[in-house]
Order: sequence, then C-alpha cells, then structure tokens
Amino acid sequence: MSTVVLLLFTGLGLGALYFLVAAGLSLIYGLMGVLNFAHGAFLTLGAFTGWEIARRTGSDNWWTFLLSLLVGAAAGAAFAAFTEFVLIRRLYQRHIEQVLITVGLSLAAVALFDGIWGTDPVFIQGPAWFKETTEILGARVPNDRFVCIIAAVLVLLAMVFFLKNTRYGMIIRAGVENRSMVTALGIDVRKAFTLVFTIGGAAAGLGGVLASHYFGYVSPMLGGSLLIFAFIVTVIGGLGSLTGAAIAAVAVAVLQQFANFYLGGTGDFVVVLALALVLLFRPSGLLGRTS
Amino acid sequence: MSAAAETRPILTLTGLTAHIAGQQVVEDVSFTVPATGITALLGRNGVGKTSTIKAIIGLIDRTGAVELDGVRIEKEPTFKIIRSGVGYVPEDREVFSKLTVAENLRLAERDAAPRRQLVEELFPDLLARSAQMAGTLSGGQQQMVSLARALLNTNKILLVDEPTKGLAPKIVAEVAETLAEAARSVPILLVEQNLHVVRQLAGGAVVLSGGRVVHTGSALEFLDDAELTQRHLGVSADPGPSGETAGKTGLEPARKGAAL
Repeated sequence: MSTVVLLLFTGLGLGALYFLVAAGLSLIYGLMGVLNFAHGAFLTLGAFTGWEIARRTGSDNWWTFLLSLLVGAAAGAAFAAFTEFVLIRRLYQRHIEQVLITVGLSLAAVALFDGIWGTDPVFIQGPAWFKETTEILGARVPNDRFVCIIAAVLVLLAMVFFLKNTRYGMIIRAGVENRSMVTALGIDVRKAFTLVFTIGGAAAGLGGVLASHYFGYVSPMLGGSLLIFAFIVTVIGGLGSLTGAAIAAVAVAVLQQFANFYLGGTGDFVVVLALALVLLFRPSGLLGRTS
Repeated sequence: MSAAAETRPILTLTGLTAHIAGQQVVEDVSFTVPATGITALLGRNGVGKTSTIKAIIGLIDRTGAVELDGVRIEKEPTFKIIRSGVGYVPEDREVFSKLTVAENLRLAERDAAPRRQLVEELFPDLLARSAQMAGTLSGGQQQMVSLARALLNTNKILLVDEPTKGLAPKIVAEVAETLAEAARSVPILLVEQNLHVVRQLAGGAVVLSGGRVVHTGSALEFLDDAELTQRHLGVSADPGPSGETAGKTGLEPARKGAAL
C-alpha cells in the first residue's frame, strides 16, 4: 500500500511539472496553431535564473525559494514574449517555418545555456523542509512533491479564473475555437497571441524552478527532456484544452511511475503506447476540439 | 443623412480578385453598394459570393481596391476594417459554441456605448438565454446571436452572408424582419439563396457567375426576368405576392420552393 501511495504522489508531483509546461503549449497551439519546440528553453531559463537567485541569496530559506519562483516565472515570460514578438509574429500560418525557427531556437538556447552555466548539471538545495518526508498511509512522501502539486493547482486555478473572468481570457477561449471570427469582430488577436505566449512562458519558467527542486539539479537539457512528455500530455489532453492538459498530465505521469516500478522500467514506452492509442481511437484528445 | 451622402455608394469594389489556397475564387469583381437599403449579392452555389464578402474584410487573400465610405481599406488588417464600421454576419453563424450567449455578445462590443437595448428589444429570447452555451442553441437562435453581434455596434454597412440558410420558415420570416428593421438605419450587402426573402428585402442586386459580376440593377426587375434568373441562377424565381415592393418591412413567412 505504501508503495502505491508513494508512486501516486511522485506521479502527481511529476504530473504537476508536465502540466506547467503543457498548459502553455496547449493554449499556444489551440489559439495560434504554433507547435512551439522552444517551450523547453523557457523552462530551462526559468530554472537557471531561479538557481542563480538561490545561489546568490542563500538557498535554504523560503523567501529565497519564493523569490526564485517569481524570477523564474518572469524570465520564462520575458523569453516567451520576446520569442513571439520577434520571431513567431511574422510566421503565422507558415507552419514549416514555425517548426524550423522554434527547433532552431531551442538548439541555440541549449548552446547559450551551455556557454553560460556549463554542460554539467548544477545542483540546487531548497528549504530544509523539502528534503524531509511526510508519512501518508505508511508511505514517506518527499515534501517537494507537495510543493509542485500545490503550485500547479494554484496555476491551474489562476489560469481558469483568468480565462473565465477577463476579457482577454474570453478572447483566448473564443480564439481557440475560431480565430478568424474573433478578428472579424474587430479584435486585434495578435495581442492575445503575445499574452498567451507570455502566460505559457511564465508557467514554464515556474515549472523550471520547481523541476530543479524535484530533480535536485539544473542542466541545459532539463527543458528538452520535460518537453517531450509535455507534448504527449498536450496531444492526449486535447490541443487547446487547459483542463485536458491537467487531466492528461496527471494520467501520463502516474502511469509512467507505476509502469516504471511494476513493469520493469517501461514507463516511457507505456506513455508512448498510451499516446498511440489516443491518436488511434480519439485523435482530438480527451477534451480537444473535434474537427 | 444628406441627399448627397445617400447617393454616394457606401462600398465600392474595383477589380477585386481573391484566392483561397492558391485557387482563384473571385475574378476582377467591381460593383458598388448604395448607402441605403439592402443590396443582394446573388449567384449559383460556388460562384464566389461568400468569398467576395470575406475578401472585402480581408479574411482571404485578395487584390484590387475596396473603398468604404470614400476611404480605401484594402491594405488594412481585418480587425481594423471591422472597427472602421463593418458589421459581419458570417455564413453558418460561427457563434463561439463554448462561450455563453452573453459572452458572445460582450466579445462583439466595440463601441463605447454598445446598443444593448436595441439588441434586447430585437431578440428578447437571447436575454433569457444569456447564460446558455451558444453551442447548445438551435440554428435559429444561433443566427439571432450572429445578427445581434453585428447590430450591437454602429456600422456603416452590414455584410450578411446567407442568414436564412437551414432555418425553418417561421425563423426565416423573423430573420428577414430583423434585417428589414436593421436596414432602416444601415445599408446591407446580403448574400441570400432564398429568392422570396430577396424579393421582400432587396432594392438592388449584384449577380455573380464564375467569380465575375454578370448583372447589376434592380432586384425585383432581375427576379421578374425569367430568362435572366434561369441563366444566372439556374431557376425561375417565384413571383412575389402582388403589390410587394423592395424594402417592404411588413413581411410574410418565406415560401417553400423559393430557395435556389
């Protein structure tokens, strides 16, 4: 029983990280039709800037941790806004060029991070409480899992509130459904594009700081390794659906953890299998648009 | 509006050519829309009526000149063209199905003082359904939402694309009545397959064939000319009830068999 509980909470923690990356990816694709392969770079930058804050101000207290979350999110948001405004804006509806430029940016970003912080992982420590465990039904669950879960739930609630209760949220929801009709109502949808990129980048940057504590290190490849699973989550959840991304993130991560433990380390294979099944039997994803 | 302003066309298309995915769908179309009343844009299926409407507001790639109230707008992006005073009611309604009725309407508000009271008077049913998801409305109710979105703002022209398509006769009559009411204050360019509705509403007609303009003139005279309607629309239009005149607002339900 304790193993199941431990796997469940570890899966939920990992799912929280997947969600923080997938939420932005899903909204960006849903609204703009852009497959953003550079999204992992937003996460990595967030993780490194969070680590820099921790390194410079002392890594073992809560205030530093909270500050690193804010700075990591801001760095991810700024990088994402820059990417949309400078690179993507000229390439809407040109999907091949979008893929080329975002793949190129992700490679260039990794090289840049290598140059600044080196190719080796840098290790990070958070507040002492992170390394302690909490006993739940006999399982000793590392506390940093709870931090990831709580942060992801708060981000989900904030995004839902924003989407449901603000005019820009309404524009984004409408744009995900029918972008050209939003334009035909006299709305400059490009502002919503920049906003969605910025929000997605902030979530990824936040996810980067949390991922660095979850895994205990930051490396230039951190974003890329999480991005693969975030894409799977986005497709399974349904492109453009925030709720779908949240459900799929939890499902994928928990499935991955259980398969790794009970099926001889086949977690990644099982997740890809799940993706194949979804594409075969429900191509629009769990909560995505049907064409 | 002064007599001079009324005689000046509100919309002028000159050499409008449009493409979708590299395929030419509108070819060198030129016509004007007067500043009052309803002008029907007619033609068989697939001749480029909807594409012409979309090309006017820049939803598809086009070349040529588009002049709104004397100002060239073809270089402007769609949202600016709409903001310059164009109301657009698309074919198939295109309401946002996952937004509520109220949200659909709020999204369309672009004036500082949107005409909510007018919309509530014209479509009282929508007020009662304001919290309902637009995707769960009937086709007729969705058309009301689509019309209401355009009527919320003060426009120089309304572009209305097949507003009665797929609707029950009673709803067709209601839609036609709404359009007649709207046309008292704003000129309308109307794409409509239901010739009885055209006969009831339209003063002028522009007829397309093969992506080109093949006839312009009075809507009634066109519809009364069996040879012309047969040649350009492929049907003989039913004669309207005696005494009907273009722009008449005392409407009767559209008759079965009038559609192309």
